[in-house]
Amino acid sequence: MNHSPTSLLSLSHVRREFPGGRLALADVSLRIEAGEFVSLLGPSGCGKSTVLRLLSGLDSPTSGTLTRDLAPDAVPGYVFQDAALMPWASVRRNTELPLTLRGEGGATLHAKVDAALRAVGLGDSADAVPRELSGGMRMRVSLARALVTAPRLWLLDEPFGALDEITRFALNQTLLSLCQPRDGTPPATAVFVTHSVYEAVFLSQRVVVMARPGRIVDEVAIDEPYPRDAGFRTTPRFTAWCARVSDALQRASVAGAPA
Amino acid sequence: MTRANAGAFTRAGVPTLSVIVFLAAWEIAVRALHIPAYLLPAPSLIAATLADNFASLMTSWWFTLRVTLAALALAIAGGVLIAALFALSRTAERALAPFAVVLQVTPIVAIAPLLMILTDSSLATVLACAWLVAFFPILANTLTGLRSADANLRDLFTLYRASRWQTLRHLLVPAALPSFMTGLRIAGGLTLIGEVGGEFVAGAAGRDTGLASRILEASFRTEIPKMFAALTLVALTGVAIYLATAALSRTLLARWHDSERTP
Repeated sequence: MNHSPTSLLSLSHVRREFPGGRLALADVSLRIEAGEFVSLLGPSGCGKSTVLRLLSGLDSPTSGTLTRDLAPDAVPGYVFQDAALMPWASVRRNTELPLTLRGEGGATLHAKVDAALRAVGLGDSADAVPRELSGGMRMRVSLARALVTAPRLWLLDEPFGALDEITRFALNQTLLSLCQPRDGTPPATAVFVTHSVYEAVFLSQRVVVMARPGRIVDEVAIDEPYPRDAGFRTTPRFTAWCARVSDALQRASVAGAPA
Repeated sequence: MTRANAGAFTRAGVPTLSVIVFLAAWEIAVRALHIPAYLLPAPSLIAATLADNFASLMTSWWFTLRVTLAALALAIAGGVLIAALFALSRTAERALAPFAVVLQVTPIVAIAPLLMILTDSSLATVLACAWLVAFFPILANTLTGLRSADANLRDLFTLYRASRWQTLRHLLVPAALPSFMTGLRIAGGLTLIGEVGGEFVAGAAGRDTGLASRILEASFRTEIPKMFAALTLVALTGVAIYLATAALSRTLLARWHDSERTP
């Protein structure tokens, strides 16, 4: 990836220590370019989610610099591992939340919500409440809620980690189509945290491998046509990339083992 | 019988049946063992006494009900407002929580005489007693509820730059509703207990008095069936308050909260 002088997001020697002394990030430098799909891969507790929180602006570094070249009113589409829906509100009301909070209403809001729900395949479930939905459908609502603001930046914190493989594959495909809009706008940027090598290789242009305590140990550019289609999963090249990334992850785990 | 009908019978029929069996056993026992009415009146005698004194007992019942509901309304207002204050400010909680706890743990019958002296009004005393016992469960449960909002959703509200008011309205209040309803169900019953306790201590006589004063009067005159008649009304009022709060809880939460899930 060709790094321009001003990346969309950049972390430079970032350290994040929580009160009580727990070290989440030791020294992380990372650049993310506009339109890129980057996965953060690593064992539990290596600081992946902390990187995401820093990029979103929810958290700030203890030391080092974080720059975000975003429009002042831009809100990232943030998706958590659990769907984080309001259980008392219908699918429609959950989806329209970001718009309601900035005072939008009326017919345009209705149309945006309808479009977002159709895009994630939930056009018929607008009136259901979260309890009436499956885990995969709840995650679709979560994606629709992020999508409704047409975000230029997606931050995804293991969104499909709790789902079965079939649902996960389907949602991987949905996510790719959301990030690669077909209406002529440039692709959105996505930072995707995952445990899964396969998911990282399938979705990303670049996989960043992290290790404990909070550092980056490897970066693998997945040099394959993009965006991917489902057929890529069954090619020998996909398997080779997975082996390559898996190997990097293995070394990261060894490197990150308790001293 | 379909499964749904069976469910309805289990919910409503079984409790009704058990009460009928209990009353029948009571009636039979009183008649068979010749228990005198001044020790234990039979249900039929209590019902007859209730009918004979209907007008005067209804006046007292109306007083008790009004004071109880007014105290409950004030407890909801006070409990919810202070819970919101505590949820927004830890300092306020640290400063005021000791008072809330002291008021809660001090037995109401011990505070009532003091209230009587301070307010010089039996109505104010009864109202204050009922309010005091109902206030704390509402405060404690509402506060727990306000703090129970999902952490990820809180982050999302921060990301979307929600104002404090928006966060309160769209996130904290609905998230607190199940706990608040638990508090309300407890407080509903307690308010009546506080009202009756307050009336006993205030010992009011005259027109503006409630069912507890009727019970006291009847006991002074050893009109035991009338005591039981007034007591029955108190108990029925308590049951009615419980059923009303339970129904409200079911209406508000049935669709989304597990506590009101019907299988």
